Amino acid sequence: MAEVLVYVDHVDGAVRKPTLELLTLARRVGEPVAVALGNGAGDTAAALAEHGAVKVLTSDAAEYADYLVVPKVDALQAAVEQVSPAAVLVPSSAEGKEIAARLALRLGSGIITDAVDLEAGDEGPVATQSVFAAAFTTKSRVSKGTPVITVKPNSAAVEAAPAAGAVEALSVSFSAAATGTKVTARTPRESTGRPELTEAAIVVSGGRGVNGAENFAIIEALADSLGAAVGASRAAVDAGWYPHTNQVGQTGKSVSPQLYIASGISGAIQHRAGMQTSKTIVAINKDAEAPIFELVDYGVVGDLFDVVPQLTEEVKTRKG
Amino acid sequence: MSLRIVVTVKYVPDATGDRHFADDLTVDRDDVDGLLSELDEYAVEQALQISENSDDDVEITVLTVGPEDAKDALRKALSMGADKAIHVEDDDLHGTDAIGTSLVLAKAVEKAGYDLVISGMASTDGTMGVVPALLAERLGVPQVTLLSEVSVEGGTVKGRRDGDAATEQLEASLPAVVSVTDQSGEARYPSFKGIMAAKKKPVQSWDLSDLDIDEDEVGLENAYTVVESAAERPARTAGTIVKDEGEGGKQLAEFLAGQKFI
Repeated sequence: MAEVLVYVDHVDGAVRKPTLELLTLARRVGEPVAVALGNGAGDTAAALAEHGAVKVLTSDAAEYADYLVVPKVDALQAAVEQVSPAAVLVPSSAEGKEIAARLALRLGSGIITDAVDLEAGDEGPVATQSVFAAAFTTKSRVSKGTPVITVKPNSAAVEAAPAAGAVEALSVSFSAAATGTKVTARTPRESTGRPELTEAAIVVSGGRGVNGAENFAIIEALADSLGAAVGASRAAVDAGWYPHTNQVGQTGKSVSPQLYIASGISGAIQHRAGMQTSKTIVAINKDAEAPIFELVDYGVVGDLFDVVPQLTEEVKTRKG
Repeated sequence: MSLRIVVTVKYVPDATGDRHFADDLTVDRDDVDGLLSELDEYAVEQALQISENSDDDVEITVLTVGPEDAKDALRKALSMGADKAIHVEDDDLHGTDAIGTSLVLAKAVEKAGYDLVISGMASTDGTMGVVPALLAERLGVPQVTLLSEVSVEGGTVKGRRDGDAATEQLEASLPAVVSVTDQSGEARYPSFKGIMAAKKKPVQSWDLSDLDIDEDEVGLENAYTVVESAAERPARTAGTIVKDEGEGGKQLAEFLAGQKFI
């Protein structure tokens, strides 16, 4: 069976969920071979093996942390040359897409980004994408070279499938371009203790109707009662009420959780582009005419300052 | 010293319009109004700010690849304050994918001459966000991308990149390719004076032969990916909408419990 390379997104050896989803999708098109780079690369092997990686190629060097993107492209290219895979899968983070793009160009291959599903086809993997603010669903494939495909978080359920996961050191010689962009400082994001926005099963978002940074506490309280991540519309972010890293929409994060709860968000097309593929959508808004209500499975026309705290209390009571 | 900045911009279908596909599964541009991609306005803005903060002579060229109408995007950027514009237009470009587009942009940027290329973080239609990285790879220069802050001084570009896990400070020597996010700073509106001045600014037109690109390197037939099908997403079935009369939160909790979320 053909091998499929899976780029591992991890933090100091802790594998992030989108990579485990990728391993599940990779098994549909071949045998997953994982590539883990940087500090803690070797520590990823157990989790990767448990989810189907037959092999884990690891490489650790200071270059991965000290310079932007290119060292990782060099490493993936070395892995492709070693394995000759049927496809390369990369998580659809901002950096993942940049790595995938440069790799595709070097391989003379096509690239598909933001796939939401993947299946085997007669002429290689077929990727499903959701386009035009999720108004259309397309199916595409790479027609030249080794398919390079980035896959959005929450595109597949994580399935355990124990495999050998034999660790092998990957030999990488860095290109001249590798040291072009220096990372002169790095400040890790402070953990809120909440799930990561793009990976969360439930997202609770606030918008213009929240009307102030201090009021986001009631959005956070609802999120915490449900074990959810907190999102914000662009209006709320531009007003300085919530950090940009939590922005859901066309210019922020695109999310696809099981449940999306929009509070005080009207539902402009730019916001819809980032959340329309959520499985179940709920909205709370004073304005019965708000376009968000066109999308919802359940909507409450009312003041979020009444509805959200009442919902939070009810969730807490029911969860005991 | 002088600094030559090329800002790449894209003419995109208005996202608030009813976008759909043409028969060949490329984006139908005829039925929806086009405009300068909002995210590229941030790139133009940062070029203007670098110019305003610089002691050097700075020349800002805006570059687009697209059909005849794409001149509208160039005019907008010129009216914001860019100095001149280049329009790459050729019938053989129809259906070109990201890999092909990066080739055309790279050749055009090299022909124009540059010290710094500035792009938006992504287009608002394709939303791939890969062209700046592809351009850097093609040009063989550093990529300093997804910046929320950018500055240029003494042949060095510096910026701040807000990633998922960390905020990074980046630094590279010119020439380089930069991309900026919508957090980099509000884009200015063109003034009346700017709009009038834009009419007199030069817009050069290049085709594939001007860039020594063969027609079999671009276009739909030569794309590296194939769209096999495009289906309109079925309309969502109308949901339940209730008016809050004091019990809205509890009713919503009941719905969530029924869906097994609680």
